[in-house]
Amino acid sequence: MCTLEKRGEIFFLTLTGDDDHRLNPSLMDSLRSALREVKEQSTRGSALITTARGKFFSNGFDLAWAQSAGSAAAVEDRLLHLVDLFKPEVADLISLPMPTIAAVTGHAAAAGMMLAMSHDYVLMRSDRGVLYMSELDIGMKFPDYFTALVRSKVGSAAARRDVMLRAKKVTASEALAMGIVDSAHDSAEAVVEAAVRLGEELVKRKWDGEVYGEIRKALYPELCGVLGLADKAVITSPRHVPTL
Amino acid sequence: MCTLEKRGDIFYLTLTGGGEEHRLNPTVIASLRSALREAREQSTRGSALITVADGKFFSNGFDLAWAQAAGPGTAAARDRLDHMVSLFKPVVADLVSLPMPTIAALTGHAAAAGMVLALSHDYVLMRSDRGVLYMSELDIGLTFPDYFTAIMRSKVGSPAARRDVMLKAAKLRATEAVAMGIIDSAYDSAQAVLEAAVRLGGELVKRKWNGEIYAEIRKALYPELCGMLGLTNKVVVASSRL
Repeated sequence: MCTLEKRGEIFFLTLTGDDDHRLNPSLMDSLRSALREVKEQSTRGSALITTARGKFFSNGFDLAWAQSAGSAAAVEDRLLHLVDLFKPEVADLISLPMPTIAAVTGHAAAAGMMLAMSHDYVLMRSDRGVLYMSELDIGMKFPDYFTALVRSKVGSAAARRDVMLRAKKVTASEALAMGIVDSAHDSAEAVVEAAVRLGEELVKRKWDGEVYGEIRKALYPELCGVLGLADKAVITSPRHVPTL
Repeated sequence: MCTLEKRGDIFYLTLTGGGEEHRLNPTVIASLRSALREAREQSTRGSALITVADGKFFSNGFDLAWAQAAGPGTAAARDRLDHMVSLFKPVVADLVSLPMPTIAALTGHAAAAGMVLALSHDYVLMRSDRGVLYMSELDIGLTFPDYFTAIMRSKVGSPAARRDVMLKAAKLRATEAVAMGIIDSAYDSAQAVLEAAVRLGGELVKRKWNGEIYAEIRKALYPELCGMLGLTNKVVVASSRL
């Protein structure tokens, strides 16, 4: 399922098991719980790093679980249910009161890629693994919040087209060139180390989490609209104003 | 506060007040509005505006010390800050609707509202040997006024760059800012920036554009920002020049 640890100021959310970490109701429930706990335990100067064990970061929704429902109508219902369950996960990440880093240590496909991209910083291993929106290949359309997320995070029209309309399997170095990930690292260990280094840099800034979350939401108004997140003005007690 | 001069076809708006940091307090803001009104009234076909500031700072943003003087952390301090936020919004609107090309020549730091002032210009040129662009709000503990975020979205194309500016409070030197698509060009001294701004201004005034059309086209480039600033645009068909 998933585990949550805190080491110093950094929360580590890990998708465990050697399987492909399919997002089914039980894993998603586990993730929501973990994110709720992170939010409750957050202090000024926290950060979250999400990573995974094994060959996969996450291969998306548990389509096998959906298919096992039997009738076409029942399968459809399960699929919609997965889409509905995942939306608040994305909302939780977009409103989380601390910087978030996805250390993509394996393949991230469909909802799994969306999970990665819901983080502020996406770091990826370059020796193996791809990012892949598989929907077109499978014959599925995108939920509205998937498209909104891609539009919010991927600036280039050609990159968005390649990801969504070409179902391109994107390696870390391509993803870097396309502006989808922030950096590429040559092994799973290296990407986690880089994530920790970045996390430590960010926690040192000692940002107020509420302000951080509100600024993040203000960066993505369309996505927040689709997720039902409103933002508000926050002015905290005055801090020493940094000088230039 | 600020001065407005005209040399040839180019208006020079110089920030002089607000202390060494050219803090945008209500007096400086009022002065800017006056100067921009004058530039608009005196504009002719083929005009341009270059905005500069003397010293180490272009502008370090709103006068937070003035706000805090009302009582640190009080509602009165917050009111003063809100007051500057709402006074400054029409300055941005004036720049976005100014009937001539606008150039910000940054010879010093531009932070928070000061960076927004710079980005409200059509072209941003900056010295690379010193000075940074910096949205300090996250470090200070403030969220952004809506029109600040709209300016970022209108002028900074890359989501990663917007995230670095607003959500990482990055202090950017000119060459980084060019690479991130935030400013147009970097020059190795204050003198070089000013000369480049004058050269660019000279190029633009030579096109002898109709100012009203120029402003309408500019507004059409930034519909979200204009919506937030309360600026509408209209169709202009000038007498044919063809």
